[in-house]
Amino acid sequence: MSHLVITPILLPALTAILLVFLARSSLKITRGISLISALALLYFSFSLVQQSAGGVIEVYSLSNWEIPFGIILVADRLSSLMVLLNAMLVVAAVIYCFRGNDERADNLQALIQFLVMGVNGAFLTGDLFNLFVFFEVMLIASYALLLHGGGKDRAKAGLHYVLLNLVGSSLFILGVGIVYGLVGTLNMAHLAERMTSLPPENTAILSAAALILLMVFGLKSAMLPLYFWLPKAYSSVSAPVAVLFAIMTKVGIYSIVRVHGMIFLPSAVGETVLQWLWPIAIATMAAGAIGVLGARKFRIQIAYTIIVSVGTMLGAIAIHNEASMQALFYYMLHSTWITALLFLLADVIATQRGSMQDSIVRGPQMKRYRSVGIVFVIALIALIGMPPLSGFFGKVLLLSSVDGGAAQVWYWSAILLASLATLIATVRTGSTFFWRVNEPKNSAPAIPKSAWLSLVMLIGLMLSLVVLAEPILQYMKGLGEQLMDTQLYYNAVFGFEVVPS
Amino acid sequence: MEILIAIVIAVLTGTGLYLILRSRTFPVVMGLTLLTYAVNLFLFTMGRIQYNSPPVVNASDTYTDPLPQALVLTAIVIGFAMTAFVVVLALRARADLGNDHVDGKDSVDDVKEANR
Repeated sequence: MSHLVITPILLPALTAILLVFLARSSLKITRGISLISALALLYFSFSLVQQSAGGVIEVYSLSNWEIPFGIILVADRLSSLMVLLNAMLVVAAVIYCFRGNDERADNLQALIQFLVMGVNGAFLTGDLFNLFVFFEVMLIASYALLLHGGGKDRAKAGLHYVLLNLVGSSLFILGVGIVYGLVGTLNMAHLAERMTSLPPENTAILSAAALILLMVFGLKSAMLPLYFWLPKAYSSVSAPVAVLFAIMTKVGIYSIVRVHGMIFLPSAVGETVLQWLWPIAIATMAAGAIGVLGARKFRIQIAYTIIVSVGTMLGAIAIHNEASMQALFYYMLHSTWITALLFLLADVIATQRGSMQDSIVRGPQMKRYRSVGIVFVIALIALIGMPPLSGFFGKVLLLSSVDGGAAQVWYWSAILLASLATLIATVRTGSTFFWRVNEPKNSAPAIPKSAWLSLVMLIGLMLSLVVLAEPILQYMKGLGEQLMDTQLYYNAVFGFEVVPS
Repeated sequence: MEILIAIVIAVLTGTGLYLILRSRTFPVVMGLTLLTYAVNLFLFTMGRIQYNSPPVVNASDTYTDPLPQALVLTAIVIGFAMTAFVVVLALRARADLGNDHVDGKDSVDDVKEANR
């Protein structure tokens, strides 16, 4: 049993503790440790992905308990991919902090590491209750990160975010409780196996549990009736935190894929879940598109594009076949990176425009309008989904994964219309920012190198999605196969033998 | 016993929900606490209610399921930490925003201001 699987949880945890103790030392030390840890995490998660690429499902039993009694960590293709995705974002966020978002003794770097620990834990765990625990670790770090920097807007957005998520946590326990009471296990593989042979009188209550859990994950991933906290929260946080938050909605999507896709959808309650998932997905896309069109600030606009992408991804979950899972995770990589890129870009634009910030109104010309404009155009092409960038391929894959029938009509029209709305709205934003301008201000600060480094890194990642599309899609194909064949997961978990003492 | 516990959970949940929907932060925090209690009790009863039996397998003829107890313990600790955090946050919001309304604006005061 190799310890590689637990490294993505332990490494940030230890780094965070170390950083708390070193909080009062100089910025160079805290930044250095944080960056080294982020790079090491990138290396480890890359080896994890390489390991899973061969089709191995690595199981790690904590404290060497026998399956299914203890808590297990499972690294299949999906989990490893998500951990790698997170690690890449962390590197970008930590580097972007160097421009001065972190100060001495404010623990920003430590909080980032705690968040990373929670997110990685949520991705790797193979136990439903443990998923709840890692959700809480992730959330409490995110509460503090959201409030980092202080101010009225953050206090207000933070209060809503925290209260909503606390209600969400209570519902999570409720759902987990029902599942345990009726099925008698919390191990995901064990659950998936037992769900296929349910006594029919339990179906109704388990459908309720499945929908309660859908609500909890929906709150994290911001699906339709539960997304109203997101635009305010995401637009008020500082830029590096917004980069990290780009993964938070994906944790919700991941959980739906893992818990609903693996446990509930193949069983008798799957029908009920699907009945809800389709309309929610379409309506979320519509609501997001309206928000994109109506936004008056660039950051709010970006936040609404997240909601559009969440709707798109929920639709792919509802289709639930190998092709849609392949497309979903290709699109998820793209969507996470483009969101992170746009938030960093919005921060750069806001500082360049002085008091106008990121409001979409006439303002002073940016000093570096050429270079910022080029990044802006590249980001828009990717966001809207025009060739040759990754958004195009993601959307084509998603569109071609629908089997046909009514679902195809709805899904195609929703995705294409939402893209059109995004195109109109963001082009208007761009022309306002770059063409409807007054005399440039001399006082605008230069763009620091670390900001460029993060921006270029994220653009490079999106280009690599296109250039390396072949191996990435190959990996995603295997991922889809693993997700559709839950027996593989079950065999890996129950074929695991504890290390003899 | 089952009916009593069911009623207790229902009352706690109902009161909690009512308080969560209030507009001031203090009742909302109280509501969250009550809801957490209800949910913890619910999770506890999911191991089925047993009398006079230890949560240890093979120690006596009957035993009660130890897992929900472990889960509840975890949930209580997490819930406690979260409540502590939200209390501090509510105080901070009260200081930053000047009132204890969850939306940060006091509608009654705003109306008074407009009428003046």
